[in-house]
Amino acid sequence: MAGLGKEYKSGEVIFRQGDTGSCMFVIQDGEVEAIAESDGREFRLRRMGPNDFFGEMALFEKETRTATIRTTKPTRILSIDKKNFLGGIHEDPSLAFRIVQTMSHRIRDLTDRLARYEQQK
Amino acid sequence: MVEGLELLTGKAPKPHKGKAMTLGDGSRVAVIGAGPAGSMFSYFFLSMAETIGLDVNVDIFEPRGFCHRGPAGCNHCGGIVSESLVQRLATEGIRLPDCVVQRGIESYTLHMDVGDVEIATPLMEKRIAAIYRGNGPRSSEPLDTHSFDGYLLDLAKQKGARVIPRLVTGLRREKDSMTVQCADQSSDTYELAVVATGVNSRLTEMLGNESGEFTHPDRTKTFICEFHLGRKLIRETFGPSMHVFLLDIPRLEFAALIPKGDYVTLCLLGEDIDEALIDKFFSAREVRERFPDGVIPGHVCHCYPRINIREATPVYGDRLVLIGDSGTTRLFKDGIGAAYRTSKAAAKTAVFHGVSAEDFKNYYAPLCRKISNDNRVGKFVFSVATVVQKARFARRGILSMTATEQQQVDSPRRMSGVLWDLFSGSASYTDVFIRTLHPAYVGNLLRNLVAANLPGGRSRDRRNADEGNGRVRH
Ligand SMILES: Cc1cc2nc3c(=O)[nH]c(=O)nc-3n(C[C@H](O)[C@H](O)[C@H](O)COP(=O)(O)OP(=O)(O)OC[C@H]3O[C@@H](n4cnc5c(N)ncnc54)[C@H](O)[C@@H]3O)c2cc1C
Repeated sequence: MAGLGKEYKSGEVIFRQGDTGSCMFVIQDGEVEAIAESDGREFRLRRMGPNDFFGEMALFEKETRTATIRTTKPTRILSIDKKNFLGGIHEDPSLAFRIVQTMSHRIRDLTDRLARYEQQK
Repeated sequence: MVEGLELLTGKAPKPHKGKAMTLGDGSRVAVIGAGPAGSMFSYFFLSMAETIGLDVNVDIFEPRGFCHRGPAGCNHCGGIVSESLVQRLATEGIRLPDCVVQRGIESYTLHMDVGDVEIATPLMEKRIAAIYRGNGPRSSEPLDTHSFDGYLLDLAKQKGARVIPRLVTGLRREKDSMTVQCADQSSDTYELAVVATGVNSRLTEMLGNESGEFTHPDRTKTFICEFHLGRKLIRETFGPSMHVFLLDIPRLEFAALIPKGDYVTLCLLGEDIDEALIDKFFSAREVRERFPDGVIPGHVCHCYPRINIREATPVYGDRLVLIGDSGTTRLFKDGIGAAYRTSKAAAKTAVFHGVSAEDFKNYYAPLCRKISNDNRVGKFVFSVATVVQKARFARRGILSMTATEQQQVDSPRRMSGVLWDLFSGSASYTDVFIRTLHPAYVGNLLRNLVAANLPGGRSRDRRNADEGNGRVRH
């Protein structure tokens, strides 16, 4: 009974690449993986655990989800809706600090991967 | 001794000319009180200082030990962490652990003489937390739980704050600092003093008494008690729902039963809640029906805490700022959320701008004004609720409209949304009020008022039959 968020079983898809959405998610407990799907094949981008968030791009742009998110074990996830988030940022822009920080880590990670990929080519 | 006037207006003695009132490496900050406001201030202040490489020290003065059960370890409140605050804390990276969350709340059940209706979140997700401020009710079994205030204080300690378990009895302004005096006669000086003592403290009272220019927050007496019913019974009778009562009892503004683990918390807010009002509440049929066999059990813990109903003024001075309940908070709702907002705004001002009265006036006071203005709208909203409490036909209309909305899946849930945000404190009163002016809301309400009050109308009789999705009883 205790605990916040919504419960998902292992292997459940939270959202799919190409879906539209208007909220971000924060993992309360458990683990998910981010998967890119291309030509019917799946590539795991990263795993995320408690306190990590995903789906944040939907808060800033109207594009579709860029990856599929699937649980790897029973997981509890809290959703953050756009209205609450943007309302919060309006009053206190520093609320976005952690998201910007994480997005910056992700860009760095992707840049490293791209560089490695270019070297291997 | 508290030098209220000089202290709060920053009039005398004048700060040393030439010395900027900004914090630098080695600056010391005193935070008085470790309720949500004090701990969150310390946490955000130290986090922000870290991001800009500022090496500052924070001492938190707090005599209370949050590990105790009963009043000794508790800051007396209903214990609802609003949906908006849960989301904002999660965005900040503050995840409320399961040991702190006594129960995730999924819905509100509104009880009136004309019927009951359950208002569920469309997401079917628990985004409201029921917590204990201390370590559970008096005489409760040792729980595998953790106090909410204790958890926030631990976060502040992890960031480097030092806790001094002493009661502060005085504040004195020096040339370039503030002196904090404690009950054991010890004293120390700081570059900034942050008052986060809430409204149940004598410190703000003393500030008010000794100064003609400082008005301490206006307060009124409330009531909280805890019933031990056991987890199983609570699951069966209350579920993950907070039960709110709209009853025609003078001076009662808000009444709720909040399920938590093995206990249910009763919270009564209004104007000077006293025993006569409490007796009247307990004798209401709608309340008795919530309990097994219609009998209200004895409570295991109770208190009459005070609640802030008007802000302190001013809420800042040179090297001094009042946050949370001791300064400005939201009327009757989401006090913890207001503690988060005011503590963070004060921390930002101190780190990025300075600690003079002018800095707080420019960067901190606007938020306090925004909250106070919203409270004015809140007062009006509560006065409308009082009219509804008295008008049976209005209650029928509200019940009918909410019940209808809850059975529809895709249409907008205007009344449910208004009630949800009003009960949970998740939206501002202004936002709630504006939504009630929407033509569709007004039109629907009028339609339901007529339909529900016609002879044989859908809500004319109290029928405790489950309908539709099993969530509506009317
Ligand atoms: C009946 C009732 C129900 C409520 N329900 C809710 C609810 O469900 N949800 C919600 O969000 N809000 C609720 N509130 C409001 C909420 O309790 C307050 O807004 C919140 O506690 C404010 O936090 P704070 O840190 O400003 O003050 P407090 O929580 O009061 O903390 C003040 C701290 O300062 C310490 N202190 C006091 N004096 C001194 C001193 N001289 N020296 C050192 N330390 C000192 C105290 O020990 C205490 O720890 C409720 C209030 C009441 C009265």
